[in-house]
Amino acid sequence: MSLFLDRNCYFKDFEMSIKDKLLTMSWSFFFLICCVVGIGIMLLYSVAGGSMEPWAAKQFFRFMMGCCVFFTILLIDLRFWMKYAYVFYAISLLLLIAVDVRGVVGMGAQRWLDLGFMQLQPSELMKINLVLALARYFHGSGEEDVERTTHLIIPTVMMALPVGLILVQPDLGTASMLVFVTVAIFFLVGVQWWKFALVGAAGLAAIPIGWHFLHDYQRQRVLTFLDPERDPLGAGYHIMQSKITLGSGGLFGKGFLEGTQSHLNFIPEKHTDFIFTVLSEEFGLIGSSFLLILYMAIILLGFRMALKSSNFFGKILALGLIVNFSLYVFINTAMVMGLLPVVGVPLPLVSYGGSAMMVLMAGFGFIECVYVNQEMVIGRLGSSDE
Amino acid sequence: MGGAQVALASILFGRMFYLQVVEADKYKMLADKNRIGLKLIAPPRGLILDCNDIPLAYNRKTFRSVIVAEDTNGNLRSTLMNFGKLVLVSDEEYERILKEIKQKRAFMSVRVKDDLSFDEMASIQLNIPDLPGISIEDSLMRVYPSGEKSAHAIGYVSFMTDEDLKNQEELQKMPDVRIGRTGVEEFYEDRLYGQTGSRKIEINAVGREVRELEKQDAVPGENLRLFLDSRLQEVGYNALKEEAGSAVLIDIETGGVKMLVSTPSYDPNLFNAPLDVKTWKNLSQNERRPLMNKAIAGQYSPGSVFKIVVALAALENGIINEHTRIQCDGRLFVGDHPFHCWKKTGHGPLNLVEALQHSCDIFFYQIAYDTGVDKIVEMASRLGFGDVTGIDLVGEKAGLLPSRAWKEAKYGDAWRRGDTMNMGIGQGFLLATPLQMAVMMARVSSKGKKIMPRLLQSDVTETAESLNISPQHLALVLKGLRAVVNERGGTAYHTRINVNGQRMGGKTASTQIRRITLKEREEGLKQQHELKWKDRDHAFFVGYAPTDKPKYALAVAVEHGGGGGSKAAPIAGEIMRKVLELEQIDKETQKDDK
Repeated sequence: MSLFLDRNCYFKDFEMSIKDKLLTMSWSFFFLICCVVGIGIMLLYSVAGGSMEPWAAKQFFRFMMGCCVFFTILLIDLRFWMKYAYVFYAISLLLLIAVDVRGVVGMGAQRWLDLGFMQLQPSELMKINLVLALARYFHGSGEEDVERTTHLIIPTVMMALPVGLILVQPDLGTASMLVFVTVAIFFLVGVQWWKFALVGAAGLAAIPIGWHFLHDYQRQRVLTFLDPERDPLGAGYHIMQSKITLGSGGLFGKGFLEGTQSHLNFIPEKHTDFIFTVLSEEFGLIGSSFLLILYMAIILLGFRMALKSSNFFGKILALGLIVNFSLYVFINTAMVMGLLPVVGVPLPLVSYGGSAMMVLMAGFGFIECVYVNQEMVIGRLGSSDE
Repeated sequence: MGGAQVALASILFGRMFYLQVVEADKYKMLADKNRIGLKLIAPPRGLILDCNDIPLAYNRKTFRSVIVAEDTNGNLRSTLMNFGKLVLVSDEEYERILKEIKQKRAFMSVRVKDDLSFDEMASIQLNIPDLPGISIEDSLMRVYPSGEKSAHAIGYVSFMTDEDLKNQEELQKMPDVRIGRTGVEEFYEDRLYGQTGSRKIEINAVGREVRELEKQDAVPGENLRLFLDSRLQEVGYNALKEEAGSAVLIDIETGGVKMLVSTPSYDPNLFNAPLDVKTWKNLSQNERRPLMNKAIAGQYSPGSVFKIVVALAALENGIINEHTRIQCDGRLFVGDHPFHCWKKTGHGPLNLVEALQHSCDIFFYQIAYDTGVDKIVEMASRLGFGDVTGIDLVGEKAGLLPSRAWKEAKYGDAWRRGDTMNMGIGQGFLLATPLQMAVMMARVSSKGKKIMPRLLQSDVTETAESLNISPQHLALVLKGLRAVVNERGGTAYHTRINVNGQRMGGKTASTQIRRITLKEREEGLKQQHELKWKDRDHAFFVGYAPTDKPKYALAVAVEHGGGGGSKAAPIAGEIMRKVLELEQIDKETQKDDK
């Protein structure tokens, strides 16, 4: 699967009006997103005991803000994003450092930067900016470059810096997501199989060492995941209750607002990481399957939109973002089903959370931006007319 | 890439199917177990009423203070300290409160102080801002208006101990429930308790109640009406309160126990709250044993009271008749062993009526000897000795009716003539409770009906079966008992009563605690009041009234009272006079009502 198809560069002035862009963009993609967000708001309404407060209304407001971000990004020229990709990356890196230096403690981990008017989570920004930077980097590399191991040093460092900073916070979930996305992008640009195998083997060998550096609660989570019965009232309680909630929904669920597990607080973090269980409890297998199908539709459509792009930067960017999105969906749902350890990954577009919503909508904005500019051809150095 | 997507998606769908369809039932059950809790509602305890519907035990709404740890804003100790300034809380109670708070969840309430007085309530209400976490709630408290006068008959209620809770899973969830101890409260616990109600409630993850799903009201306990008359309880208690003793009065028409007192007594109201150690020590280590119901659990040699039994055994077996006379010389030798009459100089020749009147020992030694142990035992057993009477109280003792077989088994020794003669005057191995004596008196004075003592009135009146004793023989014995009280020279002559011509008959008894040595007998016996309390004789009196148409049978026992005639008989006379007077008053009021 090679993406180096249109490597013979030709240059052409590429301009589109806003109207053109709005006409070209994929409205069905946007509609699917709205559907998922709608389900999310409905669940937040239910979780609050049938009330818009404290979550549903805010989530809706954030989605509106997210839409502004979405449209802003898609209307801006793709070349602008490419030009400043490294700058954005550098800014988020600095913010990450700032968070480590003087972040406020939230939920036992330093993840937030209080900007006064809002709380910023730089690790969320990094999810996009790393993809941007990596796409920018690989845009300029040819097939033979990618096959050189030395060529991979810079992107590896680009990944390692934020991962290190995020692990310090500590946020194992986000850090591993960045690693996954980078690996996926490496894979997409054509890094050879054996390199993945080599690193993978090395990684396995490093597990005992890594174990040593894990925080106690992280070790607990892994151990508890491996054997939930080990501590049914402590850490294993969350996994057990999560499974009970999911399973007790049955085929058709208990009905909207009728979920007992969620309303009686047996579910931890029911409005964020474990919101999928609320859906499963109230709407059963039918409801949770419907949401998963919506996600799959978004992901498939995203892939198609990415692959239409005539420029390499856009392709990598959109693919990286959609892979990122699908990883989130998979890890969150697998986690609440007891298939993966509890790592603190929210369900995208559904879980309550401001930064996440903004970043997701920004990501979709980039995918649309790539789609809108699918016919744009960008030279190796980053302009369409060099 | 697409392959990976499909694989991941199938994992998710597969897992969802497994959890939500295959294992759905299991998880549904677990979810219900999570959310549904059962709260039990204690039923109000049934009342205990006397024969005139005057309550002997009822429930009073009281107010108590409770503390909820999580509402104290983290200042549990300072709240309790502030509370202690307003209302006295003992150190032991303080420890208990802290212990219970530790055991329970933070939002559950813990009793701080029961039965607040009006002043205490007011001062708590006034200072409520300084007492975060303290609140006042109402509860039911058991009240015994008759107090110590009826403590032994009625019993009391108290909190359950860990031991009580062991086999009571239901009650375990209602730690505030009190259960009956001793007396009617314990015997009729099931009926007085009623039926526990329950509330199915939805609880959240920390066990807090969210809403009620289902409610089943508690069924209040049954109200019980007894034969006891609280006026008589007062009379009996006042007559005995200086002594360690007991008294039982039986209505011989119904078998109903109209009075049952035991002294010294205790205040059953105290047990509503946990007793402090000092009070408990005073009660449990007192040599006069206030906690013991002496009427049913005190076992004594019945002494001369038993002469009634011996007389009937001799009459029924044709050993004597009303004309039989026996010479009393103050001593009777069996072989070379002398048996003494209480009257050293002897009574001269006596017939049965005179022998009873003077309580001559020689007469009864002789007829016991002639009748033989087996026949005496048979008669004693018919009249209620040697086994529990079956009264509706917990802790009744059976006494002891010795027989040949019993002695053989117990001592490996044959029954001897001396044993029979001792039995003739109610001494030796023989033991009986005051209730048994009263029952015997009731059976004799009812002209041979098998009267069974009961405290609880019931709708079904059972006619007592006959004991098949000749009415002439019974009449003869009763004639003797009448003489005891009403003829000059009778052992209880000084306590005779006359309520509108109604008189009392009866029999006195004094039983030795120590063996009198030959030396003491020769030196002249000490007067009872010269002895230490513990060494004095037990004093008894069994009686019935009115003599012409017996209605009531009574037994009075005074531990270490000295003499039956000097101590027990006056108390019995006083009680019986009041009984007859009250009956008169009741009759007149009934007439007035009509």
